[in-house]
Amino acid sequence: MMLDDKDRIFKNLYGFHDWGLAGARARGAWDGTKAILEKGRDAIINEVKASGLRGRGGAGFPTGLKWSFMPKESKDGRPSYLVVNADESEPGTCKDREILRHDPHLLIEGCLIAGFAMGAVAAYIYVRGEFVRERERLQAAIDQAYEARLIGKNNIHGYDFDIYVHHGAGAYICGEETALLESLEGKKGMPRLKPPFPANVGLYGCPTTVNNVESIAVVPDIMRRGAAWFSSIGRPNNTGTKLFCISGHVNRPCNVEEAMGITFRELIERHAGGIRGGWDNLLAVIPGGSSVPCLPAEQCLGDLYMDFDTLRNLKSGLGTAAVIVMDKSTDIVRAIARISYFYKHESCGQCTPCREGTGWMWRVLSRMAEGRAQKREIDMLLEVTTQVEGHTICALGDAAAWPIQGLIRHFRHEIERRIDEYAANPHPEPVAMAAE
Amino acid sequence: MAVRRLADKSIQPKDFAFTAENLAWAKQQIAKYPEGRQASAVIPLLWRAQEQAGGWLPEPAIRTVADLLGMPYIRVLEVATFYTMFNLAPVGRYHVQVCGTTPCMLRGAEALKEVCRRRIGEQMHVTEDGTFSWVEVECLGACVNAPMAQINYDYYEDLTPESFNRILDDLAAGRPVKPGPQIDRQFSAPVGGPTTLTDPSLYTGTGRHGGPSLTDSDAKRPGAAANVSESPVPKAPIADASATTAPSTRRE
Repeated sequence: MMLDDKDRIFKNLYGFHDWGLAGARARGAWDGTKAILEKGRDAIINEVKASGLRGRGGAGFPTGLKWSFMPKESKDGRPSYLVVNADESEPGTCKDREILRHDPHLLIEGCLIAGFAMGAVAAYIYVRGEFVRERERLQAAIDQAYEARLIGKNNIHGYDFDIYVHHGAGAYICGEETALLESLEGKKGMPRLKPPFPANVGLYGCPTTVNNVESIAVVPDIMRRGAAWFSSIGRPNNTGTKLFCISGHVNRPCNVEEAMGITFRELIERHAGGIRGGWDNLLAVIPGGSSVPCLPAEQCLGDLYMDFDTLRNLKSGLGTAAVIVMDKSTDIVRAIARISYFYKHESCGQCTPCREGTGWMWRVLSRMAEGRAQKREIDMLLEVTTQVEGHTICALGDAAAWPIQGLIRHFRHEIERRIDEYAANPHPEPVAMAAE
Repeated sequence: MAVRRLADKSIQPKDFAFTAENLAWAKQQIAKYPEGRQASAVIPLLWRAQEQAGGWLPEPAIRTVADLLGMPYIRVLEVATFYTMFNLAPVGRYHVQVCGTTPCMLRGAEALKEVCRRRIGEQMHVTEDGTFSWVEVECLGACVNAPMAQINYDYYEDLTPESFNRILDDLAAGRPVKPGPQIDRQFSAPVGGPTTLTDPSLYTGTGRHGGPSLTDSDAKRPGAAANVSESPVPKAPIADASATTAPSTRRE
């Protein structure tokens, strides 16, 4: 038995039905929104807290708690803002795109409810620049909502609220909340030091909450069906439904909404048609987008629950629930080296450990992929990852370090084998060695 | 980081001015942001300038946007060189961006890059007839439809070297092409049809009150198991005001 279709929130995930207002209404959106707002700000925040919803952007911070950091009233005249992070660019992740283009009204309604709960005057939805068509679709849906007076000035819900679409221009770092705010203010996307946290000093120096698209889009259903419904799905402390993106070496890659805490085996068997070449052919899995350390096959075969806490206990993470599956045909060292290149490319250059470290780690790992390295460099590389991790303003440094740590933790033997193989064959050039 | 510099002076146009239509559009964009915060519109305006200039951002266009927004030139130059979607040198009429990040690499992005190298040449090289240029980009966020490429505004997904070649042929010949998955598949649903959302009563709009198809009472009872792998026991909410953790610094 799997999650019942009736318990799924994103009923137009695959775009078989009308994305527009009429279609969204037929699927239950914008139903009783006024009654939800009439419950009051505290009631909404408490309901979201009680639902156990944890942020869907990767960190898993409790959404209701985050909202409660916003000031109850403005003492100095500064307005509050809701900013929705639709800068989806974590490799492996493609869930928010489906919401933007197929179920945009869930997001818009969620913006109104969340914006009301935190006392925001407006929402800015920051869509990644590459999503041109998705942005157009979202704007069209917002226009419909204005037209039907669901949002805007003097709307039928009695809470004046504007929603604007903003877009980036190709920078992964703008998915980090403070970099996103910088970008939205018209600057380079370089993360800010925290504190002050955005809830105190965010967009334009005003109180701001930044939430992921999926976190906001599930709120209307939580309010309609109740926190008890949402929290009954999933496992303790990891509740609700979650969009999983299954990519890589499975027979049928797909996006699917499932209960949080579904086992890895059930998720792959039921929805993705199994591992390419069968379960014996599984090599490793990156369970939550490129930032999280990979898990070797043996850790994925038993009851591996796909939720925040289980994966964290295995020194990995659920992240954005972007499951990247690798079978035995994968050159795992090269696959992780490509992720390292990604972080080198996307480092904003603000902090030295990340700016220099990401490039260094990529170069050393690329040599290791060929075996053109020394064995003691493996420990040197591990050491460098720990010097980058935790020593940067934002988490991009951590995100660059973790996949390499995962690789060395589980596949050190593979790197060593290559080094031995390379050394066994005479080469005209001397083997390179990283400077310390 | 990547080194990004403006194109050589010899190919920079003398000046740049928005068309009347684009200028009106720019004013609308600026109005989305509070008074005095017009700098927020810098990315949308640079993007429109790039569109008007034929797919790349000449230096005079950067200055035009700065003047329009009352920003120092250096601030807009910073933005133009920071964000990788701003092409600082001319590109082809069809600018092909092949995703090369791991999820696409696992499913054959290397072969797509090889197609580009063979047909178009090195990255950012424009073919003689001005039709194509290509570049390898980082994750474009369509990973379950890998491998994929973005050509101008559209995503072409589930590519093979054959289908990719065919699309490039069609574009070169001016024939219409279909964006999205290039195999028999509905967007991000699994090949062969969805495994979920198959209950037709979700979409008939025949709820008991004639209202939405799904009401609270139709949903699973609170506390009942929704899945074999979950525990059916209701649990306490995780977060309350006693938690003292500060908001996390990770992506959210």
